[in-house]
Amino acid sequence: MTTRVQVEPRIRLIGITKRYHSLVANDQVSLQVAPGEIHAVLGENGAGKSTLMKVIYGAVRADDGELMWNGRQVEIDSPDAARRLGIGMVFQHFSLFETLTVVENIALVLDEPFDLAALAQRVESVSRAYGLPLDPHRPVHSLSVGERQRVEIVRCLLQKPQLLILDEPTSVLTPQAVLTLFDTLRKLAAEGVAILYISHKLHEIQALCDRATVMRSGRVTGEAIPREETPASLARMMIGRELPHCAIPAYLGQRRTVLEVRALSLRSEDPFGTSLEGIHLTVEAGEILGIAGISGNGQNELMAALSGETPTAADSVLLDGVPIGRLGAGQRRDRGLGFVPEERLGRGAVPAMSLARNALLTGHRKGMVRRGLVDYAAAVRFAAAIIERFGVRCSGPEALARALSGGNLQKFIVGREIAQSPRLLLVSQPTWGVDVGASAQLRQTLVDLSREGVAILVVSEELEELFEICDRIAVLAGGRLSAPQPRAATDAEAIGLLMAGHSMSAAA
Amino acid sequence: MNLLEPRAEPSRTLQWAAPPIAIGLMLVAGSVLFLLLGRDPVQAFRVFFIQPLESGYGWSELLLKAGPLVLIAEGLAIGFRARIYNIGAEGQLIFGAICAGGVAIHAAGHETAWTLPLMVVAGAAGGMFWGAIPALLKTRFNAEETLTTLMLTYVANYFLSWLVHGVWRDPAGMNFPQSVMFGDGALFPVLTEGNRLNASIFIPLASVLVFQLLVKRSFLAYRLEVGGQAPLAARYAGFPAGATVWVSLCLSGLTAGLAGVGEVAGPIGQLNLNLSPGYGYAAIIVAYLGRLHPLGIALSGLLMALLYLGGEAAQMTLQLPAAITGLFQGMLLFFLLGADAFIDNRLRLPRRTA
Repeated sequence: MTTRVQVEPRIRLIGITKRYHSLVANDQVSLQVAPGEIHAVLGENGAGKSTLMKVIYGAVRADDGELMWNGRQVEIDSPDAARRLGIGMVFQHFSLFETLTVVENIALVLDEPFDLAALAQRVESVSRAYGLPLDPHRPVHSLSVGERQRVEIVRCLLQKPQLLILDEPTSVLTPQAVLTLFDTLRKLAAEGVAILYISHKLHEIQALCDRATVMRSGRVTGEAIPREETPASLARMMIGRELPHCAIPAYLGQRRTVLEVRALSLRSEDPFGTSLEGIHLTVEAGEILGIAGISGNGQNELMAALSGETPTAADSVLLDGVPIGRLGAGQRRDRGLGFVPEERLGRGAVPAMSLARNALLTGHRKGMVRRGLVDYAAAVRFAAAIIERFGVRCSGPEALARALSGGNLQKFIVGREIAQSPRLLLVSQPTWGVDVGASAQLRQTLVDLSREGVAILVVSEELEELFEICDRIAVLAGGRLSAPQPRAATDAEAIGLLMAGHSMSAAA
Repeated sequence: MNLLEPRAEPSRTLQWAAPPIAIGLMLVAGSVLFLLLGRDPVQAFRVFFIQPLESGYGWSELLLKAGPLVLIAEGLAIGFRARIYNIGAEGQLIFGAICAGGVAIHAAGHETAWTLPLMVVAGAAGGMFWGAIPALLKTRFNAEETLTTLMLTYVANYFLSWLVHGVWRDPAGMNFPQSVMFGDGALFPVLTEGNRLNASIFIPLASVLVFQLLVKRSFLAYRLEVGGQAPLAARYAGFPAGATVWVSLCLSGLTAGLAGVGEVAGPIGQLNLNLSPGYGYAAIIVAYLGRLHPLGIALSGLLMALLYLGGEAAQMTLQLPAAITGLFQGMLLFFLLGADAFIDNRLRLPRRTA
């Protein structure tokens, strides 16, 4: 369906090169996007997609290469300059002030006189026109992740961009919300906006994009028309080999309940959080229980209650039949609980500390502290073993956590928790922002671990992932948990309806 | 246009090069300052930085001044690493001095071998107590410690002023706001005759070793650092959040209190309103100049002490105002902060034209 009319490309990159010391993040990268074209940039984490986008957005300066904007060579030396040219970017991590309202947040970035009332009207009309309903007067902290993303998109649209860059935009959306977003993007493209769509989700790119540039290790490894490719052929270009499949053997060990949650109700500490109401669930040894749902429906509160970051009533949470509700996070870990949180930097790991020191964070139980003194060599050995076993790409145990890509840090954190041989492992968003190859490896790791008799609870927004690895799936919506269904007895549509808050009977 | 762009990883070289760079820039700017004041910069430089170290007395004075600076900075650095910004060490020093002074005043005339040890304990406890108040306010009411610690400095100062104007005023002191002079049993023994350097210097010396062990090896320091750098990670790991605040503020209060004891049971020998020439504030610069590192702090403490001595010499020899010490301290901090910006960032060089 791509009509190749000879028009001047909206943007054209010629031989963009960016080096960080010895690392070449972008090596002679060229691509062009025509007005009205939805162009995918496909690649694993660390392939150089983000660096390339930062070059276009003026946040990073290329060492070499040219940038043509509507046929004219330009220098984009700041995000401000990019915005003036008409380049808008929706980041994977939002940059919104939580205490301000939607319209106040938007007013902050616009170069125009401060008139909130008029701006609120414009926000409303733009958001309605593009199918992104938004109340301009709501404070940002009360918005779901999906709604926050809408704020970012609307903020870009108000500046009438000619090129819109979206970085992994669907990682936080329900299947239904993804369709809405795609409609919006198609509408924009029809109006002549060029769209650069960064993703590693092959089916999305096939559904949405006209053309794709595939990157690996900083280089362009291929250009494709996604609709004419198969997921397997795209994956090959992206990771350089076949897409791995997850093997799910049957569990042959003894079945017994490891985690039991009984009538757990919890008022959220956060006034805009979701309170949990009457949660019942069990996780057995050897199984993976999946909890689907859109972020902001009580996921954080549930995980905090299970991990011990928020203590609960004593008999609401039982580990191996023992009430642990009153115990703190450290005490629960002493009893064999492992936890991989959804935020890796800042919660699962300390950004400015080395991997060895981050191993100490929860791994100190493994004989790394004696009489109050740290055995640093033991921590280094522990970190090195994780790096080796899970193929964490980094310079070694002394690498800072923040220097790792999201996927590699996730491998390290999962590895750290697994290396402590937990009996119960809680995992939140195991592959959020993680590339295809690493995701497959992480999922397989979880499956293998469960088959060794570990009880695993996975909270994820990615339905496909849950259907791939979970034995039973439940949905958390509005702080209530639906009855878990065996994987074979349910499907994405039923789960999607429950996620959107429809009644429990819909899943039956 | 944005001139700085973030580095992929902080520069380790600059982390240690920043203090020497800052010191160098301070010397250059200082020379310009002396020129503007119509003094010969070479001679001024000699008076400021060389002359104080030309005699044994000079060196003893250097150690005398470096002692409290190092001691306080070691305690502050623990908190700073945990992102607990106690900037009221001056107040904790004064309160520690008041407590130690109280012991000395009550023992006046009948000091025993226990008087001085008791003063040390009282001073440490007093400083710790003055640090614990902001800790309580922060953990209980979430009150910002930068404000409460600073404000409590004024409270401590006025409390001292009230004492030496009233109940603790020396009856034979011609109405000056000062206490009686402490007896010998309430003073640290002088190390060598003719100098003021006394046995209290062993406290900061020991503190360097203790804090080196604490920072490099202890799990406690690790937990504090996690709590400061990433509170959510501390919570995730199950490290109690309140403990970070309490330990940081109590420990820095304790060292400041000890420094206060060293002053009143040392060169001052009484309670008066000029207990400290701003050691509690200067120690903040010492801590950062020493990279919050226990050994680095020992070095930067010596440099800061030299600035105090040089400032005094400049007042006497060059007839410059007393503010000269503060000026040099300020320049040093200013240049250090400037140089530190390049640890995490680098200059964006104009793009080469292809």
